[in-house]
Parts: sequence; C-alpha cells; structure tokens
Amino acid sequence: MSTPETLDSAGVTVERQQLEPEQELLTINMGPHHPATHGVLRVIVELEGEVVRDLKPVVGYGHTGIEKSSEDKSYWKVIPFVERMDYLAYFFNMEAFCGAVERLLELEIPDRAKYLRVIHLELNRIHSHLVWLGTSALDLGAISMFWYCFRERDRVLDLFEMSTGQRMHTRYFQVGGVIEDIPPGFGAKLREFVEEMPTRVDQYQALLDRNEIFLHRTRNVGIVSRERLLELGVTGPLLRAAGEPWDMRKTVGTLAYPDLDFRIPVGTVGDGYDRYRVRLAEVRESVEIIRQALEGLPEGPHIADDRKVVLPPRSELPTSMEALIHHFKLVTEGYRVPPGEVYYAVEGPRGELGCYVLADGSAKPARVHVRDPSFVNLQMLRDMCIGGLLADLIQNLAMLDPILGGVDR
Amino acid sequence: MPDAPGLELIRQDCNAAHPGAVLDTSFDHDQAALLADPKQILDVLRWLHDTPGQEYRFLSSLHVADYLPAEPRFGVHYELLNMPRVERIRVKAMLAGPEATSNGDAAGAGNPAAPGSGAEEAAGLSGLPGIDSCVELFPTAEFHEREAYDFFGIVFRGHPDLRRILLPEDYVGWPLRRDFPVGGEPVLFTRDEPDSPGWYE
Repeated sequence: MSTPETLDSAGVTVERQQLEPEQELLTINMGPHHPATHGVLRVIVELEGEVVRDLKPVVGYGHTGIEKSSEDKSYWKVIPFVERMDYLAYFFNMEAFCGAVERLLELEIPDRAKYLRVIHLELNRIHSHLVWLGTSALDLGAISMFWYCFRERDRVLDLFEMSTGQRMHTRYFQVGGVIEDIPPGFGAKLREFVEEMPTRVDQYQALLDRNEIFLHRTRNVGIVSRERLLELGVTGPLLRAAGEPWDMRKTVGTLAYPDLDFRIPVGTVGDGYDRYRVRLAEVRESVEIIRQALEGLPEGPHIADDRKVVLPPRSELPTSMEALIHHFKLVTEGYRVPPGEVYYAVEGPRGELGCYVLADGSAKPARVHVRDPSFVNLQMLRDMCIGGLLADLIQNLAMLDPILGGVDR
Repeated sequence: MPDAPGLELIRQDCNAAHPGAVLDTSFDHDQAALLADPKQILDVLRWLHDTPGQEYRFLSSLHVADYLPAEPRFGVHYELLNMPRVERIRVKAMLAGPEATSNGDAAGAGNPAAPGSGAEEAAGLSGLPGIDSCVELFPTAEFHEREAYDFFGIVFRGHPDLRRILLPEDYVGWPLRRDFPVGGEPVLFTRDEPDSPGWYE
C-alpha cells in the first residue's frame, strides 16, 4: 500500500487515495442457491480484488428440526429420521443412532449383523466419495468425471435396492442388527462390483491424477496445518490428508472392523490434491474391506434374539400368540429403554459422526443429538480460503465436501 | 476410556488443583463422565487439556440436554478425546433453568447469567442460563456453542459471535427445550390467510 503523502487536490480522503480500485474491499454474497455450494450454503465473502480477505459461512437454510421431531417418536421410528440428516451417509447415521441405543440397552448384536453392517457402511462410503468426486471434478470443469462417477454410484444404489428394497434412506439397520438377511444372488452381484471397482478407480486416476488443469487448481491450495485442524475439531479424510492417521475404524474398532485387514491412507501436505488422493485411496480400501467381509461373512442370525426389542420373525406370527402380541406392542408403543445417556461415534465418510442419546425410561428418546462432521468441518473453510483467490474458494469448498443436509439437520 | 478407578483419580487430582471443581463422577455403559461445577468449567477443561498424563486435546462434541423436570435442568456436555490413547471422557455441567434464575432461587446449583453484566442485558440475554465459553481453549466449540444457544438459549459468556446459527435470526423461543411443544407454531392454511393480515411478511 502506498504511503499517505500523495494527497491530491480533489479532496479525496487519505484512505481512498491509498487504495487502488482492486484494493477496495468488496463484500459479495455466494449462495444460498449456487451450484458450487453443494446444497443451500451461503458464504459472505470479503474480497480485495480477487483475493479473499474474510468469509463467513451462513447455514441453516435446510434446517428441519429432526432432533426435536425425534423426541416425539418411539426409538424405532427415529431411525428413518436420522437417516435423512446427512443424505449421502444414511447408513452411518443409522449406525450411530442404533449403536447408541444398543449401548443403552446393553444389547449385543450377532456377528453376521456386524459383517452385514460393515458391508453396507463401506458401500455407502464408496457411494459418498463417488458423489463427492463427481461433483467436485465438475466444479473444476471436468464434466465427464461426473458421468463416470454417477455410473458407479448407480451400481452401489442397485446393490442397496437389492439388499434393502430402497436405493436411498433404506432403514436397513435396526436396533439389534439388520432388518433382513441379504437375498440370494446379492453376494455374486457384490463380488462382481468388488472385482470391477478397482479398475474404475484406476480410470478416474488416469483422468485426473496428472491432469494439468486439475493439478494447477488443487496443488498447494487450501492448506491448513494439522495442529489447526485438530483445534478446529476436523476429522475424516480432511484430517488424514494433513498427515494425522486418525480413523476410528482402526483406533476404536467397533463392529467387525478389528477382524478385517485394511490400511489408513494419509496425505503429506494437506492441500486439495492430498484430499483427493486420500479419498480415492479410501475407496480402494473400502473395496478391500467389502471383499474380506463378504468372504468372512459368518452364518447365523442377522438380528439379535431379544423379543422385547426385536420384531419376531414374520413366519411365527400366524402360529404364535406371544409373537403376535409382541409384534403389536413393538409396533404400536415401541420398546422402553432404561434411563441413561450414551455418546457413540462412527467414522463416517466425512469424519466423526457421533450420536448422543438420552433415555428417560420411556419408549421415546428424551434427546437425540447428532454431531455431524460436515457441521464441524465447515469451520475450517475460513482457514482454507483466506489469502487465496476467489476461484480457489470453489475448489476448497468442493474438497471440504460438506453435506448441507447434515450441517442443517 | 479411563476405567472407574482411573476416573476417581482424575477427580481427586483435579480437585487438588481446583478445589470443588469436580462434583461427581459417573461410569455408565463404559463411558466415563465428570460432573463439573459450572462456575469452574473452564478450570476443569483446561486442567484436562494441559495436565501431563491427561491431555484431552480434542473436543469431539459439545451438546446440551434438557433433563426437565430435574433441577438444575440443563446439562452442557463436553465430549473430550485423547487421540494417542484413544480415551474419551465426558464433562458435564448442570445449569439451572430460567425459572430458578428469575425467582432468585440460588439454592439450586447451576450458574445463572451474572446479573448486572451490562452487555448481556443490553442484548436481551439476561435471565438465560449462562456458562463460560470454551472457544479459546477449543476453537471447534464456536459452532457447537452457537447451536446450543440457538436451541436451548444457553449463553456462552465470552463467545466471539453468539448468534443463532440454524434458526432464522428473528426466531423467538428455544425450541429444543423439553417444555417447547412439538408443532408449537400455528400452521397457516390457505383458507386462514385472510384472517392473518401481514402473514407474508
């Protein structure tokens, strides 16, 4: 900035005189309806020329009061509610909620249910990362990536449709296990997908890894130090891309994860390119987890045998009076959960997805709170963007991968 | 997760450093929790953050639960995590509700918003339950505390930007309190529109 000695005769104030036109701060409003914000996110950006000097995310446009509504529903009816928060990680939302309630009930789920849950969680992770890759590459101008990613995503959704009856928001996980066993033929179809997916990831990488435009847009952009990320509570691929090998599948190891052999991809610099590489490597590891879980899938029941919590099998209803009574009671009133509170977290595609459930002894939860990783991770957007170009904000937001349904809940 | 004896040790050590800071412990469902005095919440959090051997440096989540009809009714929960040891601990601080605050019933525990703090009164926040903000210690708490304020009307003193975050800024009420009814807003049907002048504003 020039020194204030050069005053002119037109009576322009000193500050005005100092600023070149491109140095004036300009506040612009991005969103809430903007194709690059991946949902209804509004960002108020202060610009000096093309350089971002400050920004504030404004959220809440998609707030639906799910946490409040959950307090008015019996436990099994809350499952479809929490699924709709982060609409790309519905299996993870279900797992966080069901896992918390299972801990409150001190209900152990059968081994087969653990493996089936892992298979579906990892398919969901692949699905979520594919949507992220397609839309993020689209933001950077690589339109064909979008079609390729959505082609594979559709295959994951076909698998969901086959095993659960729904493509999204499946209500497949139940407290105690999963609602029904996988149908015949699912294993073969899944194996086909597992065989093919690594080749598809190779193809994505062939398109993007050494793509000049992609490299220019992502390398050394949006770097935030590992220490700062930890202060900001950032988890998931964003944290791992900065070199911190924190993954709760490994460290906490719930469900069947301790039995499975997989690696945790980490980055080095923590720029946009690392974030991209870490997520793609995670897709490969997820494929590997699914392959192992499918091979090691144990026989046995798919849901716990606790008739006070779990619906009796359909086949018993015509012949067993008690089964019919319990079915009726479970559907109308639901089961009661002893008083207590639990915070249970899983490693979602975007980081730590935690669910806090407070039970007061009735058939409805007294409080359900979901710690959504998108909501917390969004706080790092400011650190990523300040001092960078406005065009990089789009890239940073894409690599941040917030799901606004999860942010707003 | 510290085990039950380890939790008692934490309580003793923390109380030795800050007398009366930890009121109680609980160990349910394999989850350890400290009940902290809300006036000393920052001391407890800072002690857990800095003391060698504790080093709970990561705040996973901050949320509030309303324990109505219990009094003090609001529980502010801090889910702390030590990443190298993979240990979680929950710190709870109980705050008295607005009724106990307004009729001057200071007998219950809790920490009503300090009367006479001019800034709070000017902002219309007097009478709301209050607790010290931990944003300086854990910058991640900024959004969490705004969310807690938005839904429960809990004032985090010292928060840099305490505004509503998910609800509209002109929203009246604290909807996640247990005494706020579900569907508490009247639904506007088309046939009622003429009876509600100015409904579109």
